[in-house]
Amino acid sequence: MNIVKILFQYVVFPGFIFTGVVGLFLTWIDRKVTARIHWRVGPPWFQPYADFLKLLLKETMIPQGSSKVLFLLGPLLGVIAMSIFAVMLFSMNFNPTGAFIGDLIVIIYLLALPPIGIILGGSASKNVLAAVGASREMTQYFAYELPFLIAIATIILKAGGSIKFGQIILAQQANGPFLYSISGVITAVVILLTIQAKLSYVPFDIPEAEQEIMAGPYIEYSGVALALYKLGRAMMLFLLPLFLISLLWGGFADWWAIPKFLLIIVLIVLIKNTNPRLRIDQALKFFWLGLGILSIIGLVFAYHGL
Amino acid sequence: MGNAKLWGLKKSPWVFHVAAASCNNCDIEILDLITPRWDVERFGIVLVGSPRHADALLVTGVLNRKSLPRVLRVYEQTPKPCLVIAIGTCTCDTHMFERSYNVVGPYDKYIPVDVYIPGCPPKPESMILGIVKALKRL
Repeated sequence: MNIVKILFQYVVFPGFIFTGVVGLFLTWIDRKVTARIHWRVGPPWFQPYADFLKLLLKETMIPQGSSKVLFLLGPLLGVIAMSIFAVMLFSMNFNPTGAFIGDLIVIIYLLALPPIGIILGGSASKNVLAAVGASREMTQYFAYELPFLIAIATIILKAGGSIKFGQIILAQQANGPFLYSISGVITAVVILLTIQAKLSYVPFDIPEAEQEIMAGPYIEYSGVALALYKLGRAMMLFLLPLFLISLLWGGFADWWAIPKFLLIIVLIVLIKNTNPRLRIDQALKFFWLGLGILSIIGLVFAYHGL
Repeated sequence: MGNAKLWGLKKSPWVFHVAAASCNNCDIEILDLITPRWDVERFGIVLVGSPRHADALLVTGVLNRKSLPRVLRVYEQTPKPCLVIAIGTCTCDTHMFERSYNVVGPYDKYIPVDVYIPGCPPKPESMILGIVKALKRL
């Protein structure tokens, strides 16, 4: 019985299927809001599901001379990591005391798996543009990871030095969300921009710049493999704002989480639509010199209890 | 199974633009399709950057000895099922380049063409009409 329950958690709710369906719906919201900003009509609501179904039923091509296993492993890594992440996130929020030591560290590593999948797949596909995209993805990963880790350290400091995810949520339920302080606001800004880069949305869509390197690491992917990449991205669009809410805005175990979540999604889409793409060196400079220093200032504020 | 495949193809045809040595008029008119005025994303049509992602190839330009192997290669790189949409009079027949030494003939001699949209260049409205008719007959 227990195994059935665990399997249900990972495959149906809140794991693979639930996260995937909601995530695909969120990509529709993203496309529709983008269309309204452009003064267009935009796609109908079932558009992401139609795209996904079509990709599932299309021919999957593997380029000649590429590494087959790595090529097909790339898209799977992201989806698997996001399913596990979804289960951890939901169980920590609805049952904060049932945590194990160091689960925040596990979550950081799980969040590192989708970019690793993209780098592996792009490097394995034996295409020059895919290799360029993979190398850019690697650079960008190292760029945004520094401010992200400092921001996580700030949150750990504010939670009284606990690296338990459940402990962070419990501390916020006891003393109010971390967001309502100077260091909290700074950390929220840093994490929001990091999420933008993790999703590779427009100011930071350097790895897959459609106009210069034609979708970058995804260039050789078709059919099921491309569908899995799209699904992994959609799941990230659902889970990363929830992660931000549970780190800084008091968890999402109550109904107030829905307006908070929508606000964050709209902010992400607005940033996406009002900014031009940076070059990779500009992105590195922005993350290390700009956000890195900002997140250290946040850390200092948190140390002094502000 | 077949029905789901057709439904997916009808509702989200991603197009790849194969500009095989055209005079650029048709290309400019194709770019009009994704502007807010015509907005083909209403039908789920998205312009993609790689032939591997494409379900439909928009071919423009008169076919010549240099562009023929490239077009064939792009067609082979596209996962099937895929549509080929010939845009402009040059692609449907050879237009005014008929007797040219370099021209090897219309596209349907070499690859199966599903939709012919004549015009020099065709209007965006007529392109949308042609694509919608083709998707209805699938």
